[in-house]
Amino acid sequence: MSAVQLEVKDVVLRFGGVTALQDVSFEVEKSSVHAIIGPNGAGKTSMLNAISGVYRPQKGRIIFEGQDITHRSPYARTSIGIARTFQNIALFKGMTVLDNLLIGRHTHQHSGILKGGLYYGWGEKEEVAQRVVVEDIVDFLEIQHIRKKIVGTLAYGLQKRVELARALALEPKILLLDEPMAGMNTDEKEDMARFIIDTNEDRGTTVVMIEHDMAVVMGICSRVVVLNFGLKIGDGTPEQVQRNPHVQKAYLGQEDSEAVET
Amino acid sequence: MQSGNHLEPLAALAKGPDTFPKLLARNAVRFDGRTALREKKFGIWRPTSWRQYHDHVRDFSLGLVSLGMGRGEKLAIIGDNRPGWVYSELAAQAAGGTSVGIYQDSNLNEVAYVIDHSEAAFVVAEDQEQVDKILDMLQKLPNVRHIIYSDPRGMRNYKHPRLISMKAVEEKGRELARLRPELWMQNVEAGGATDVAIICYTSGATGFPKGAMLTFQNLLTTAENFNKVDPKLPGDEFVSFLPLAWIGEQMMCLASALTAGFIVNFPEEPETVMEDIREIGPNLIFAPPRVWENIASTVQVKIMSTSRFKRFMYNLLMPVGYRMADLRLKQGRASLGWKLAYQLAYWGLFRALKDRLGLSRIRSASTGGAALGPEVFRFFNALGIPLKQIYGQTENSGIACVHAVDDIQFHTVGRPIPGTEIRISDRGEILTRGSSVFVGYHKNEAATRDTLADGWLHSGDAGYLTEDGQLVVIDRHQDLMKLTDNTRFSPQLIENRLKFSPYIKEAMVIGNSRPYVAAMLCIDRSVVGKWAEGQKIAFISYSDLSARGEVYDLLQKEVDKVNKTLPAVAKIRRFVLLYKELDADDEELTRTRKVRRRLVEERYRDVIAALYGSSAQVPIETVIGFPDGKSMQIKTTLLVRDLETA
Repeated sequence: MSAVQLEVKDVVLRFGGVTALQDVSFEVEKSSVHAIIGPNGAGKTSMLNAISGVYRPQKGRIIFEGQDITHRSPYARTSIGIARTFQNIALFKGMTVLDNLLIGRHTHQHSGILKGGLYYGWGEKEEVAQRVVVEDIVDFLEIQHIRKKIVGTLAYGLQKRVELARALALEPKILLLDEPMAGMNTDEKEDMARFIIDTNEDRGTTVVMIEHDMAVVMGICSRVVVLNFGLKIGDGTPEQVQRNPHVQKAYLGQEDSEAVET
Repeated sequence: MQSGNHLEPLAALAKGPDTFPKLLARNAVRFDGRTALREKKFGIWRPTSWRQYHDHVRDFSLGLVSLGMGRGEKLAIIGDNRPGWVYSELAAQAAGGTSVGIYQDSNLNEVAYVIDHSEAAFVVAEDQEQVDKILDMLQKLPNVRHIIYSDPRGMRNYKHPRLISMKAVEEKGRELARLRPELWMQNVEAGGATDVAIICYTSGATGFPKGAMLTFQNLLTTAENFNKVDPKLPGDEFVSFLPLAWIGEQMMCLASALTAGFIVNFPEEPETVMEDIREIGPNLIFAPPRVWENIASTVQVKIMSTSRFKRFMYNLLMPVGYRMADLRLKQGRASLGWKLAYQLAYWGLFRALKDRLGLSRIRSASTGGAALGPEVFRFFNALGIPLKQIYGQTENSGIACVHAVDDIQFHTVGRPIPGTEIRISDRGEILTRGSSVFVGYHKNEAATRDTLADGWLHSGDAGYLTEDGQLVVIDRHQDLMKLTDNTRFSPQLIENRLKFSPYIKEAMVIGNSRPYVAAMLCIDRSVVGKWAEGQKIAFISYSDLSARGEVYDLLQKEVDKVNKTLPAVAKIRRFVLLYKELDADDEELTRTRKVRRRLVEERYRDVIAALYGSSAQVPIETVIGFPDGKSMQIKTTLLVRDLETA
């Protein structure tokens, strides 16, 4: 059960003289929901970027399912099952929801220009197969009513959901979510939390998410890593982390508060 | 793939199937592989043939029997419109039971009330959301033995002993069929015309809902009689998107579809209904006024924001449609010139517009459940959609009167359908009698006696018959108002005219024993919001928007338009825009979206006091308590607008 799926080992990430991550190590178990929290500028997004391959750490290793992927390209990482969403929605705003999701399937498509160009049937057959997977996700995330809408015209909360759908279209083994609930109202947050739980439980997908809303973190995450100025200052269950004096200090600037919950 | 062996005793049905399950068995033979139902799932319309429909019902019904369902027991159903809903209803009926529909958006207390009052032993709850409602209230529901769900999403951690999936029940049914292959047809044949088929809980504008018991005979004769004046053919397309707990949807989706053999289509999600209607292009449509009002105002709103050329065409050609509609309604003859102009308007506007709305293939369009404003009627008739008004109550299977297609008049609701008699009582109340009239309210003898006094169904509606025998409905008898100068007027008539404005979502007109008529209006959040955006008016919430002077100016123009059509004493003298939308969840509307007048009057008495005060600005500080325990504190300055009514 408790097989380690992702291992981050002594990762150091520097931008010139700025150290974004300093010897950060943690492990993510398969099929868990893992949170990365910390104050602004703590290095959370940098951590996610290091895992997804946008940044290459100067030191340390990132191991996914036993393979060292530290030096693989982001593209190679998606094809072994790592998908992500972005803090500022990264979708093709001028295209429909369906087209965005079909693009999310690209790693699963095999008929290239040559094959598709030689005989339309191959391409068509594949398109149908991809559409079946995409429709399953549309149903799963309850976005049937917008499937033919242009993404740019949708409300923010829905765009966030479409982005999650696009990531799920990859059928990832691990899903990295960068503030999936930022800027949402309570209802939208509840929906999103439900979708994340369903993704994790129904599909067995491991989730690593950055989240500020502590109520959400406490509610749906089984493990929490706390970063502060590039250093890991806490790692454990939500309850353990809440009691951790370093965490309290980083969040509240004082040592003896009980009011960590928000 | 079962052979037709179990259907051998069909000879017994030769005298004519008199129950829903018998009709289903007949149709499974008669129509066999032809499409009976369609459901949009994963983006594709997936058909179910009459044979498959029958087999699902057979398996589920025998499954219920093996779970211990006895004849006369009740099965309650809550969920969106899906094949599973109709399978469940027919399965219960085939097992000798009665089906009880619950509106899917009901809150916990409403759900518990209906299940408890009907003594349902089985509950079919579509998905996690609905199952949660039942489980939350289970302590108060001692009669419930099994809760059956059809959508397993999110249910993996539910381990309640009384919970079982629809698939598992069907599997039990197939097991039982292997042991006793004759049982299914035996069960079907044991049913009879006078069995109670459904208990329909009426939304009840006052007090607790009452459960109207309707027999197969009530429903099937009504469907047949309705079919005589409004023919439906095998293979016609129909989209089912209104609550199946509503008598109108029961009449179409079950009674009529089983009788006539038309195809029932279930939309993908409630949010996709309009798109799904367009994809199907139905031949038949039956919807309550709010749906028609919605379509009409959507068209008007879209026209406001379309390209200049399209707007020009709309404004140019729409009057031609109106002119033709008026002529047709007066049964007058159009001159050749107008006919040509209408042809032009058809190709230039109506054809495209109807296609956009998915109404190009409509042969029969009707509205029922409440009165529809004449403006909306004219609108659809102008487009060439002969919208017919149906008048009826749950207690007479939903249909007493309907317009004939060549004789539509805005102010009437047409003539009684065959088999229904109509009489006006001495105090002006509409009474009906016939095979459609129900057998009584479940566990409520007193109400049954009152409603069925002297063998006539007392509708509670005031009305009269025209010289040529058409019925005119004025309003609910108890809602008719008398001003202090003894003028009588119907608030509903004024409200319907107000609601034709796309900016007005709900309206409540007051004036009983008061010096003049006043109105509380709820603005339409999206339409007025869009308008405000266009005017660069910033707002933060519904209450903020509804308190804007500019919005008041806009709405004043709308009220003025309505006032022009009203006699002097019934003109609206003052109005307010309410700071909150009326909501069924707060019990201010019924589940079929009719205003609960008395409750609203009581809850907003401060507002009403302001309407009959003298000040134009009234500070309001009040707490509104809602049935679910939450309360809303309101501290605002209410604007009251005076109108010139000279």
